[in-house]
Amino acid sequence: MTVPVHLKRLRRKFGSTVALDGLDLDIAPGEMVALLGPSGCGKTTALRIVAGFERADGGELLMDGQDVTSVPAHRRDIGMVFQSYSLFPNMTAAENIAYGLRVRGRATAERRERARELLDLVGLPGREGDYPHQLSGGQQQRVALARALAIRPKVLLLDEPLSALDAKVRLTLREEIRRIQLDLGITTVFVTHDQEEALSMADRVAVMKDGRLEQCAAPGELYDRPATPFVAEFVGTMNRLPGTVRDGGVVELFGRRLPIHGETPAAGAEVDVLLRPEGLAVGAADDGAGTPATVRVATFLGPTTRLHLTTDSGTACKADLPSWEAAALTPGARCTITPHNHPVLVAERVLAPSVQE
Amino acid sequence: MARMKFTSRGVVLPLAALYFLVPIGASIWFSVNEVEGVSFDAYTKGLGAEGLTTSLMLSVRLGLATIVCGLLLMVPTLVAVVLYLPRLRRIVEILCMMPLVVPPIALVAGVTTVLSWEQDLADTPLYMTFQLLRDEDFPLVLVLVYTVMSLPFLYRSLDAGLRAVDLRTLVEAARSLGASRLQTLWQIVVPNLRTAVVGGAVLSLAMVLGEYTVASVLSYRPFSVWMVEIKDSEAQLSVAAAMLSLLITWGLLLLLTTLAGGRSRRRANSVRENRKKTVS
Repeated sequence: MTVPVHLKRLRRKFGSTVALDGLDLDIAPGEMVALLGPSGCGKTTALRIVAGFERADGGELLMDGQDVTSVPAHRRDIGMVFQSYSLFPNMTAAENIAYGLRVRGRATAERRERARELLDLVGLPGREGDYPHQLSGGQQQRVALARALAIRPKVLLLDEPLSALDAKVRLTLREEIRRIQLDLGITTVFVTHDQEEALSMADRVAVMKDGRLEQCAAPGELYDRPATPFVAEFVGTMNRLPGTVRDGGVVELFGRRLPIHGETPAAGAEVDVLLRPEGLAVGAADDGAGTPATVRVATFLGPTTRLHLTTDSGTACKADLPSWEAAALTPGARCTITPHNHPVLVAERVLAPSVQE
Repeated sequence: MARMKFTSRGVVLPLAALYFLVPIGASIWFSVNEVEGVSFDAYTKGLGAEGLTTSLMLSVRLGLATIVCGLLLMVPTLVAVVLYLPRLRRIVEILCMMPLVVPPIALVAGVTTVLSWEQDLADTPLYMTFQLLRDEDFPLVLVLVYTVMSLPFLYRSLDAGLRAVDLRTLVEAARSLGASRLQTLWQIVVPNLRTAVVGGAVLSLAMVLGEYTVASVLSYRPFSVWMVEIKDSEAQLSVAAAMLSLLITWGLLLLLTTLAGGRSRRRANSVRENRKKTVS
C-alpha cells in the first residue's frame, strides 16, 4: 500500500520559538523524501507532527487524502525508526518486531512468522531470540526497521536513524534501507542533518530553514541548480567570491563574465558570487590567462584534491581538481584560476573579500 | 594503591561485620541462655505465643498493601512527570522527600487530629469512611500513613530506574506501533523499571515491618508493637521474635530480589551461551 502525504501550511511554536512557519510539502506515493537542514530548522518537528507526537498549531496533514491532523499517534499506522536505540530492552528481537502485531491482537503463529520474515529482510536471519543488548548498534537499527515495517505501515518515518552508528556501518545500512524502501515501495520521510546521506538516499531532498521549505528537488538539481543562496551554501561546498553585476544578466568574476542563474540584482551592484570548488579551473602560473594565486593548503581526498588558494588581491577560495593533476600544486606553489563558464547564483555581499574563508 | 585498597578492605569489612553481628549474636545468646544451660524454649514455645501470628500477618498485609498503593501512585506520576511535565520533577522530588524530614511522631499527631473529627461527622456518609479507615482487622489508615512514609524510598529507586532508560523514545516507539497509553505503561514501561520497582518495594516493606511509632500511637498491634508489648512479661520471647522477624524480613527481601533477578539472570545466561557459541 503506497499513499501520498501532504503537509499543508503546518505551523508550530514552542514558546516564542517558531519551529514551523507554514511548511508545505507534497510527497508522492512510494517516494522517499529527506528533510535536510541545520539544527533548529524544524525538520524534526515536521517529522514528529507526521508521526503524531507533536500537534501542529495550524495547517493540515493529509495521508492518502484524509486529514489526520487530530488522529493520535497509535492510530496513524506509521512505522518509525528513531535516532537513539529504541528497541524494548525487555523483549527479544522477534518480540520487538512482533510488538505492533501483538497490540493489534494477531495470533502468535502469525507474529512469529512475520518476525522471521522481517529478520530475513533486514539481513539478520536466525537472531529471533537475541535481546537488544546482544546486538550491535547497526543490528539494533536493523531490528528497529523491521519492527517499524512489521505492521505494514502506510508511511515510514526515519528520524536520523544512522547518526549513532560508525561510518562504515552507516554506509552499508543506508544502502540497505534504500533497497528495502524501493522493494516495498513505501512512502518514506527521512530526517537528517547529513547532506551526503540525504543526497545519496532520497528521491527528493527538502532543504529547510527557519521552519520553512527553501527548496525540494531531486539531489542532482539541488546541487546543480540551487534555488536560493542558502541552499547553495548548505548543500555541498561553496565559494563566496567578490563580483560585480554587469548589464545583460551577467556577473564579472576574476575578469570573466558569467551568466547569472536566478535573481539578478541591478547592474553595478557589488555581490558575492557562489561558485562550487569544481567550478574553478586551476592552471599553470605561466599560462597568461586567469587570475594569479598561491596554494595555501592541499587536502588529498582520494580521487580529487581540494586546494585552498589565495589570489594576489587577497581573496581566499577553494578549488577541486583530479588528484593526478594536483600533484605539483603543493603549498606555496603559484598558479592561476579561471571560473568555468557556467550559470552562477549571486548573493548580497556579506563579507569583505579579504576576510573571506 | 591496590595494596591500600586491600588493607582498608581488610579493616573496614571486619569492623562492619562486628557492628552488625555482635548485637545479633548477643540477642541470640540472650534468647537461648537459661539458668540450667542452653534452651530453645523461647523459639519452640514462642511460635505459639498469643498474638504473634496475628500481629505478624497484620504487618505483612500492611506492608504489601503499602507497596501496592505506593507503586500505583508513584509509577504513573513519575512517568507522567518525565514525559509531559519535566519542569515539575524538582517539586515532586521535594514533596516525596518530605516524609524524611517530618518525624513520624509529628505525622501521627496530625493523623490523630484528623481522626478525631469522626464524632462531628457522625451524621454524614463520611462517618463510614472513618470507620473503614480504623478497622481493627485491617487499619487502612496505617496503609495511608505508610504509603506517605514510603514515598522517599519509592521516589529514589524509581527515579534512578527512569534515568537509566530512554523513556520518551520507548514510549514513542510503542505508541507508533499502535499501543494505547495503558498498554505502553504495562507492557513497556513497567517491565523496564522492574529492578527499580522491586528495589523501592523492598525498602518500603522493610520500613513497614519495623515501623513502631505510628502504629503504637494509633493503638494498633502489628508485629513491632506486639514485640515491645511482650518485652516486659517475656523478655526472651520478645528477643526470639525479633530474631525470627529478622529471618522473615530477609526471606521476603530475598524473594522479591529473586523475582526481580529473573530477567537479568536469563540475560546473563544467554550472554554466556553466546560466548560459548563463539568460543566453540
